[in-house]
Amino acid sequence: MDFELCHFSAKILAQMAYSLFDIAGPVMIGPSSSHTAGAVKIGQFARAVFDKTPSKVTFYMHGSFATVSAGHATDKALMAGIMKFKTSDPQIKNALNIAKKLGIAYKFAKTDLGPEFHPNTVKIVLEAPGKKSMEVIGSSIGGGSARIVKINDFDVDIKAIAGKYKYLVISHSNDSAVLTEVLQKITKFDKYYIAGIQSAHIDNHSLTILNLEGRDLSLKQVLELAKVKGVEFVRSLTKLD
Amino acid sequence: MKRFVFHTGAELLRLAEKYKMPISEIALNYEQGVSEKTEKEVIAKMKRNLDVMREAVKSGLRLNKKSFSGMSGGNAGKMLKYAGSKSKKITSKALLKAMAYAIACGETNAQMGRIVAFPTAGASGVIPAAVLSVSEELKLSDEKIMKGLFTASAIGLIIAENATLAGAYGGCQAEIGSASAMAAAAITEMRGGTPKQCLDAASLSLKNMLGLTCDPIAGLVEVPCVKRNAMGVTNAFSGSEIALAGIESFVTFDDVVEAMKTTGEMMPSALRETALGGLALTPTGCRIRAKIGLPPIKSAH
Repeated sequence: MDFELCHFSAKILAQMAYSLFDIAGPVMIGPSSSHTAGAVKIGQFARAVFDKTPSKVTFYMHGSFATVSAGHATDKALMAGIMKFKTSDPQIKNALNIAKKLGIAYKFAKTDLGPEFHPNTVKIVLEAPGKKSMEVIGSSIGGGSARIVKINDFDVDIKAIAGKYKYLVISHSNDSAVLTEVLQKITKFDKYYIAGIQSAHIDNHSLTILNLEGRDLSLKQVLELAKVKGVEFVRSLTKLD
Repeated sequence: MKRFVFHTGAELLRLAEKYKMPISEIALNYEQGVSEKTEKEVIAKMKRNLDVMREAVKSGLRLNKKSFSGMSGGNAGKMLKYAGSKSKKITSKALLKAMAYAIACGETNAQMGRIVAFPTAGASGVIPAAVLSVSEELKLSDEKIMKGLFTASAIGLIIAENATLAGAYGGCQAEIGSASAMAAAAITEMRGGTPKQCLDAASLSLKNMLGLTCDPIAGLVEVPCVKRNAMGVTNAFSGSEIALAGIESFVTFDDVVEAMKTTGEMMPSALRETALGGLALTPTGCRIRAKIGLPPIKSAH
């Protein structure tokens, strides 16, 4: 395996093909695929990367997410995603009340992230006691598809579309030996193909996203990868719906 | 087994003609390749979409309460009643029913009911309305409807890859426009049209929607969205009829998709789902905005 690849900054080496069901679907609760279903997916993503139910979430709404969110229930949809609801869950309409009952504090604020961001974008800040807060920026790109573009200031490009790929998000020290060890472990688990790899670096810290082709990693395997020296955390993101 | 891949209308047509297959079969094969699922699994997934569509139409026709804003709700039943009434009509019963079904899906969606975002939630009424009404009129099987849905998906896929399906990027031409093109191709195949006629029907329908703005009142997916689904299905029926009359689209489907993309890029953001222009900016639009407690639109001009 060529770990030189890891030093390409946030570059996608594999372009994923659309599934017909990215077009014919999702089955969802209305009223808007980009403002409701796509928002649920961004919430699901943020929750999956944070890996814990947050005690406090702040949503910074950008572009048309800021202007038309109330009528499209974007607020409820984002919160529903944070609580791992599916896009087809009729409970989405009660998401804010359910969050209150679960003791999740939430806040919605308007912001302008800049012209480089898609009009349907939100920055989500997740917090939980005894855990480092996390910032995730995601865009709803139409038809219920979403894309995560930033995790904790690192530029990424993760599409929430159906397909055969699995994403692994690895936060680690900027040392090629660390990533090499992670990759070696993965190839020992089973036969995996690395369909794509992107790495972004800030100071001596890196965030690497692997697109794997193969079986889903088990929780045990993910935890084993997290034990590698120099790795801060590893998250496995499978298809969201 | 050979797996088909296509990214443009030209590629899709080439495959369909070379292998003498309808678009739906090329699409079904494509999906098996992309998802690594069996034909049976892919069909089952599409069948679930069909089931949800039927349910969305049904619940929309029964819906008799107004939405929170008071702008929509209860019109689908009214339309269906008219379709079945004795008064003289100037269009076919199939089209009148399709219009009722389209409004039904739109109203279900507006009141946070379950729909299939096909291609988007706001435009989710066009395709079910077209395929369900045509199948009832021509007494076609569910199997035939599924073929229509696969064909519609193939058309949508090409639009998604080469332009956009998001109103925030392309305005309503990307949503109802795309849905209308997809529905036109779907019913053309269901009615026995050739792959070329399916693409012509899609081109004709999409051309007629170029430049359509997304200007929802108060940002709600209600006005003009709900009734525009009915207009979108009417446009799809027209596209299909013109194509089956043997009239070709002078501009190829890929060119029309490109025109939709560039038109969207030239559109000001006030007309791309931000609810800051067009109908949203009218006195009626501003009144509803105030009614549901949104701040007034600061004139951006």
